[in-house]
Amino acid sequence: MFALAVLPCILLAQETPRAAEAAPPEPVTSLFQLPGIIITFVLVTTPLILMLLLALSRINNRFLKTRLAALPGEDADDSAVNDGLGNRPKQTSARATAVEFAIANVRHTHTVRFVAVKKRAIKRPNIAPELARLIVFYLVSATVWLLWGTTVGEYVGIKFVLPDIDHVSWLSFGRLRPVHTNAVFWGWASLAMLGLGYYVVPTVSNAPIANLRRGWQSLWLINASVLAGTICLMAGVNNSGGEYREYIWPVMLLFGVGLLLTLVNFIQTIARRTTQEIYISNWYIVSAIIFTIIITIAAYVPFWQNGLGETIIQGYYMHQGVGMWFMLFNLGVLYYFLPQQLNKPIYSYGLGVVAFWVQILFYTLIGTHHFVLSSIPWWLQTVAIVGSAGMFIPVFAGTANFLMTFRGSWNAVGSSYTLPFYLVGVVFYFTGSLQGTAEAFRTTNLMWHFTDFTIAHSHITMYGIITFLLWASIYAVLPRLTEHEPKQALVGGHFWLAFVGLAFYTIPLMIGGTLKGLMWMDGKPFMDSVVMMADYWLWRAIGGSLMWFSHCVFAFNVFTMLRGTSIKEIPSSINIDKVSEPTNLSISQESQENATEVVA
Amino acid sequence: MNLMKFLSNHRLLFGAATVLFLGLSIVVAILPALDNQANNAPLPDAVPLTGSAEAGKQVYIANGCVGCHTQQVRAADMDKMWGKRPSVPADYAMNVPMDVWRNTATLMGTERTGPDLTNIGVRQPSRDWHLLHLFNPRTVVAKSIMPAYPWMFEEKPRAYAGDVVVNVPAEWKRDSNNVVVATQEALHLVDYLLSLQQTPLPDGTPEPKFLFKPAPKPIAAGEAVSAFDGAALYAANCQSCHQANGEGLKGAFPPLKGSKVVLDDDNVELMVNIIMNGYNAREEYGAMPSIGTANNLSAGEVTAIINHEKTSWGNAAKKVSETDIKVLMERVKQPQ
Repeated sequence: MFALAVLPCILLAQETPRAAEAAPPEPVTSLFQLPGIIITFVLVTTPLILMLLLALSRINNRFLKTRLAALPGEDADDSAVNDGLGNRPKQTSARATAVEFAIANVRHTHTVRFVAVKKRAIKRPNIAPELARLIVFYLVSATVWLLWGTTVGEYVGIKFVLPDIDHVSWLSFGRLRPVHTNAVFWGWASLAMLGLGYYVVPTVSNAPIANLRRGWQSLWLINASVLAGTICLMAGVNNSGGEYREYIWPVMLLFGVGLLLTLVNFIQTIARRTTQEIYISNWYIVSAIIFTIIITIAAYVPFWQNGLGETIIQGYYMHQGVGMWFMLFNLGVLYYFLPQQLNKPIYSYGLGVVAFWVQILFYTLIGTHHFVLSSIPWWLQTVAIVGSAGMFIPVFAGTANFLMTFRGSWNAVGSSYTLPFYLVGVVFYFTGSLQGTAEAFRTTNLMWHFTDFTIAHSHITMYGIITFLLWASIYAVLPRLTEHEPKQALVGGHFWLAFVGLAFYTIPLMIGGTLKGLMWMDGKPFMDSVVMMADYWLWRAIGGSLMWFSHCVFAFNVFTMLRGTSIKEIPSSINIDKVSEPTNLSISQESQENATEVVA
Repeated sequence: MNLMKFLSNHRLLFGAATVLFLGLSIVVAILPALDNQANNAPLPDAVPLTGSAEAGKQVYIANGCVGCHTQQVRAADMDKMWGKRPSVPADYAMNVPMDVWRNTATLMGTERTGPDLTNIGVRQPSRDWHLLHLFNPRTVVAKSIMPAYPWMFEEKPRAYAGDVVVNVPAEWKRDSNNVVVATQEALHLVDYLLSLQQTPLPDGTPEPKFLFKPAPKPIAAGEAVSAFDGAALYAANCQSCHQANGEGLKGAFPPLKGSKVVLDDDNVELMVNIIMNGYNAREEYGAMPSIGTANNLSAGEVTAIINHEKTSWGNAAKKVSETDIKVLMERVKQPQ
């Protein structure tokens, strides 16, 4: 419904620029008359309201559990029960499960609880230990780059408030800013994605990975690329200024070769699949790698791009990098993990197929919307704006697909430590992507372009979508590989710190960015807009600190998953007879979940 | 062909996706870029960078200045303050890949944390100001958040022949007896910044229009308010040297508060002359550039600035009228 209401606004907004010449637009008495603003406002408040509902439902849940706990009964033994015979429960029924649920929670009356207990990770069929080791190395490398990249990001954020905090050339703002963006792009997100790809591609192909050695080579090449790039940038060696294109081509070549090795690996694995169909995850993942290699070659071949050619390729490169690499790949990972974590199939396979082709069709067009009203050809700008509006289709198809998969399993979100991350990622996929569409119109672009609003947008997308989805999948996959789980309270801590931090980071920047754009349009002296932003930049630094702190917690969680508490065996049988004898109670947490799953 | 069969063949599936992506990429990126490259000629009056300015461009690139400063005047009315006309493709035509390792540096940028620099050589032509500002921007613009670049300067007990001394106020030096000398890096960078000037279009070429003009502000009947805000114009054109409090900077820029030139009601012509043509009569201060001419200030704007200066910071001189200023501006006009 929302879609139908908004789409006409989007199309109408396209008419405004031309009308502006003939008749001067109404003096903007209220910002809320601008369609771009309305769309953005709705988009921004949506995730906040959803999260509030989630938090309320949890509090409510807790309340219910306390009442259930008032049922008479002994303290249940916490140790796992396993009859070791692998029998499925014989007499499981909804009623039995309910009783069991109540009993299993009895022990909670004795402890003061601050966090809800979540489902434990479930032991799955083993992955070949050699492959598991490779994936763990990818994910750990990614975590290291996340810590480094966001430490740098936090530091440059502080520099907006304290510009004289240091006077070292290697640490100056202009050099560190690309260190931050490139480290989180190519180090954190890319390595985490590839690591997850090495899990998903063989799994859905039902075939072993084609060549393990190439996986390792790819890992080291990309790590080397980010390390060399970081040092180059700090030393003042860069590629002349295009965003996300700051590494010089010899450095990016390492990354490209790494991608190529993984691409060959994945395609060979898919060629040897034992399933007939190619599961849609593999469409997204393999295409993402192919497209990224094409983009990188186009952008980095060092023999062309004179004059404005550079700008046209820059717009193309930077936006395809974001949409065809990070977004496409992550959608592939999501199409595997979301159904798996919800323990049900994806709502509509067909919608995923449609979204795939439409995404390619529209997304490829939109690069130059970063240079609206600049001197690049007008028709190219218009194509980009139309493509941006067209992105509504794949984004809506994708979001609907994921939310419909969630449907009927909302209660699973509260009892899982991975699903909240997926939910945030999906909601931001919708709001963040459409915010990009709203920013591309010429009227809104006029106000928001060049301001801090774009910084907020890039963090909503790269952080709210990509990073949250990656965290979700890492929490889903690492315990399976290492058989160790993170501490649930700390996963929760990570989640809320990151989420609240992101809100503190982005909302002030969006408000400040809007005010800044209005001051510019009003012809106010530039310096006034800098002075005005001071408070908003302070809030950004506070939000950024929360985000950074959450990454420390995440890193600790990763460490715990490497060598923490072991996953307990799932009891493969529940003896219902025992349930009827309260004196002989020893139902474990796991058995409760096992039973719930059977019922579901 | 059977669709399921097609989708289950990895060669066909990934081949089709690649062809679609590649085809669209060629249409919206590769061909337009090649086309621009093929029809790429600088304006007839464009001046290539000097050796020093070229070296300065390298410094600009190495320090990531493009992260905060754009070099593009968009075809939007709000961008008027950054240049006389919107940028055109020919403005970027002289940029080719820097060398075999690095890409073309059009340096258009996507973020304006700091001002646009397309025309900075015209907007702020004072070398002294740029050097001081690079040493630490907060010496001249108190609220600036731009990084300082002290490693491009040398602080030492005395200057030698050939040293370019920067008049850094004492409180910004480690030792107030020291002098601050600009290194080659800083001098190159300033040469580059001063070289950033919009080239006029050849005669007869229609200039691209600034779009999205704001609606004229309604003026209440019978109210004769000047259309120009003197304080804002002062902030945009004068403040970076003479400061918000009108006190200037000791050793660099003279105060306007209590200034004889500003307070003299009988010789407004001198003030107009200084604004329009610059001033270099006082050795203890840096030379003032011809800011009024460079920034194309109208008689109304100059009047608003003069009246602001004559009545602020405790100054209590007589206001001037736009008609008088118009006459004086004609009188001081220098042949170009």
